[in-house]
Amino acid sequence: MLGYPLWKKIGVVLVCLAAILFSAPNLFYAQVEASNDAIAAGQEGDWPSYLPSDLVNLGLDLRGGAHLLAEVQVADVYQDRMDGIWPEALRVLREQRDVVGTVRQVETETGELLLRIGDISGQSAAIAALRELAQPLTTVTGIGSTDIEVTSEGTDLIRIRLSEAEKSATDDRTVAQSVEIVRRRIDESGTREPTIQRQGSDRILIQVPGVGSAQEVLDLIGTTAKLGFHHVVSATTDENARAGAGNLLLPSVDEVGTYYIVERRAIVSGDQLVDAQSTFDQNNNAAVSFRFNAQGARIFGDHTADNIGNLFAIVLDNEVVSAPRIQSYIPGGSGIITGRFSTEETTNLSILLRAGALPAELVVLEQRTIGPELGADSIEAGRLATMVAFAAVLVFMALSYGLFGVFANVALILNVAMIFSILSILGATLTLPGIAGIVLTVGMAVDANVLIFERIREELKAGRGAARSIQLGYDKAFTAIIDANITTFIAAVILFAIGSGPVRGFAVTLGVGIITSVFAALLITRLLIVTWFDLRRPKTIEV
Amino acid sequence: MRLKLVPETTNLNFFKFQTITFGVSTLAVIASIVLFAVVGLNYGIDFRGGSVIMTETPMPVATQEYRDLLNELEVGDATVSEITDPAAELTGAAQNSALIRIEQQDGEAAIQNETVQMVVNALQERFDGLTILSTESVGAKVSGELVQAGILAVALAVAAVLFYIWLRFEWQFALGAVAALVHDVILTIGVFSLVGLQFNLAIIAAILTIVGYSLNDTVVVFDRVRENLRRYKQMTLKDLLNLSLNETLSRTVMTSLTTLIALIALYVLGGEVIRGFTFAMIWGVVVGTYSSVFVASPILLRLDVKRDWSKDGDGEGPAKGPRKGGSKFAHIDA
Repeated sequence: MLGYPLWKKIGVVLVCLAAILFSAPNLFYAQVEASNDAIAAGQEGDWPSYLPSDLVNLGLDLRGGAHLLAEVQVADVYQDRMDGIWPEALRVLREQRDVVGTVRQVETETGELLLRIGDISGQSAAIAALRELAQPLTTVTGIGSTDIEVTSEGTDLIRIRLSEAEKSATDDRTVAQSVEIVRRRIDESGTREPTIQRQGSDRILIQVPGVGSAQEVLDLIGTTAKLGFHHVVSATTDENARAGAGNLLLPSVDEVGTYYIVERRAIVSGDQLVDAQSTFDQNNNAAVSFRFNAQGARIFGDHTADNIGNLFAIVLDNEVVSAPRIQSYIPGGSGIITGRFSTEETTNLSILLRAGALPAELVVLEQRTIGPELGADSIEAGRLATMVAFAAVLVFMALSYGLFGVFANVALILNVAMIFSILSILGATLTLPGIAGIVLTVGMAVDANVLIFERIREELKAGRGAARSIQLGYDKAFTAIIDANITTFIAAVILFAIGSGPVRGFAVTLGVGIITSVFAALLITRLLIVTWFDLRRPKTIEV
Repeated sequence: MRLKLVPETTNLNFFKFQTITFGVSTLAVIASIVLFAVVGLNYGIDFRGGSVIMTETPMPVATQEYRDLLNELEVGDATVSEITDPAAELTGAAQNSALIRIEQQDGEAAIQNETVQMVVNALQERFDGLTILSTESVGAKVSGELVQAGILAVALAVAAVLFYIWLRFEWQFALGAVAALVHDVILTIGVFSLVGLQFNLAIIAAILTIVGYSLNDTVVVFDRVRENLRRYKQMTLKDLLNLSLNETLSRTVMTSLTTLIALIALYVLGGEVIRGFTFAMIWGVVVGTYSSVFVASPILLRLDVKRDWSKDGDGEGPAKGPRKGGSKFAHIDA
């Protein structure tokens, strides 16, 4: 009598069963999580493998952990590129010495190279020679341009800088490389399920569950760990000493008040390292041992052979860790770094050196750390609030609509099961506002049913038969339900697109909740009502 | 015996006190704007930058003790507030909790990590058994962007909804719905200015949900108006709106109540972290329900609507004429 084709009935029942099956693991959260961890570690889990084991991810606000948003200082890299170009430029110009004259570096903004040539008439020849060094770009946006720009300035100056296209290509590489290094550093520390994502053009989002303070994460990722072996020009106690172009004035870590002027260009840098380990020196002080790759070992060996008696500085993040004198030729490319380190520091430093140096500094723009206690409190509070809200709505519906209210309640329970199963399958993250979204959905999910029931009441009042009233109730409430829910859905989509973190979690549960509640009201309650009606065939109904 | 909150048949005249309700709404909107301009919102660190440290101690600690410590450390502008959770015993939430907020130095893009670290260390040294429940820091760069994103989100939501309703109904309906919605948003901002609750990202989320909810309500009423417009072609718009509001009244009350019940449970039991958020939602549901009846519909009445919904033809749902009351009023006061 009431149209509800068999295939539709079977479909709805199947969906409901699937919802129960896929949401069930969340009821045994700790057990399933332990089992999943065991399986990931290659052991046998104690959760039956024939059952679904996807869980809703708990957000940092529920589980506790650190959330960091860092910005990569992409411009840092430009100077390194210029330092690399300088010897090349010198070589090219020396070949033309008779036209160009002597060449000197003049101090200028970081990220650029400014050269003064001895012979003014040779400026255009020098520029032409330097332009030969430029490489054509192969990136899609950079087609047709070269990596460096060489321009004249005044009569005797030549400025070399990276082209805009090359800058943006470099930025892209710098950020990608930074993400990779941050990932390696955090993975090496053995944290569980960290999230490391690139965000926007120059930002990295880092989420590490389970850590008690953001400082732990910052200690690991906040340092660039840029290691370099530099030639020492001189040592001084004047912190305002002029280093001269191409050189750097760096403070010493150990000897307070001592400064070293070193060549900006490293003899060998940290990226030539193949290994670094925490160890102890002959005096039993904590130290870090390292080993260079073949190329690094050769360069370092050659340098020591040529500079016996000179100092070289081991520079870590713009500080001189130590500045030993070269006593003899050092072949093999391995050694140890000593300084006033604690064992904890050497362990951290060796992790950092193994993972590689960050190409540029990271500046932390946003930090949120939720302690595990607060997370546990929030879960407890959320659970209690959800259950109370749920029970209250169930009682209210049953009181207001009797048997039909009970049908709506069954649909409501299945609705929550559907939300959890979809969130689990999507691997979505449940946050505290997300729980609020579910509670709100519980409140609003009954809206569609209320619309339908009120409509059925109206039709009954207008004197129509029971079956006809039910049919019309559903038909007439349909447009209102769809329009009302689409508008809320629009708000959820915008929240998702613009929001971040917990707000996004809220948008997901709200959006999923809207879809499932429409399904529950239009299909599940209807199935229940139709089945009941066909079995009982009541002459009159009361809604 | 059924629980009936609204009698089976109601015949209330929602426009009887139109001038009063409309006046109250207008006044409330103006008051909200004034409050916002004069008192302003208590922006959280999301929008103003700065750091917040949430602590828990085994024994109560006077806020003055925290203040003294902060003064010794010379961290600049800082405020301390106690957290009182009425449901703490029920939910097992932290009992002796406090929020310490440290203002961001002007225009600093990065966060004041060292300051926060210093305060955390000093706190743990000074107070025995103190637990740091959470720390949050937002630099000026991000907070500036969050302000923009927040405003953009609300504006986009309103625009998208305006478009959708215009598509599904008529422009007059869209204007009525959006007026109700803007009313709700402004009143929410007003009440936050008034009570000085912290205004953060979560509140923007709550406002967007209010936008969705307020519309949900308005759309249901409008849907009935559209249907009745096709059915009763001779009825005055005022009677027709009244009829539609009466017919949907039972549903409006039921849905608002179930949502409120759920939200109140969350407000009382959900813990400190989302209390501001649920407060905004509860307020939004109340104001949203009010505005769909007393703001959206009167505006629709003033704007007048096209009466010829001929796309459904005259064949279906024949115009049976007004049911009761009829068109006693000959013209629409527009």
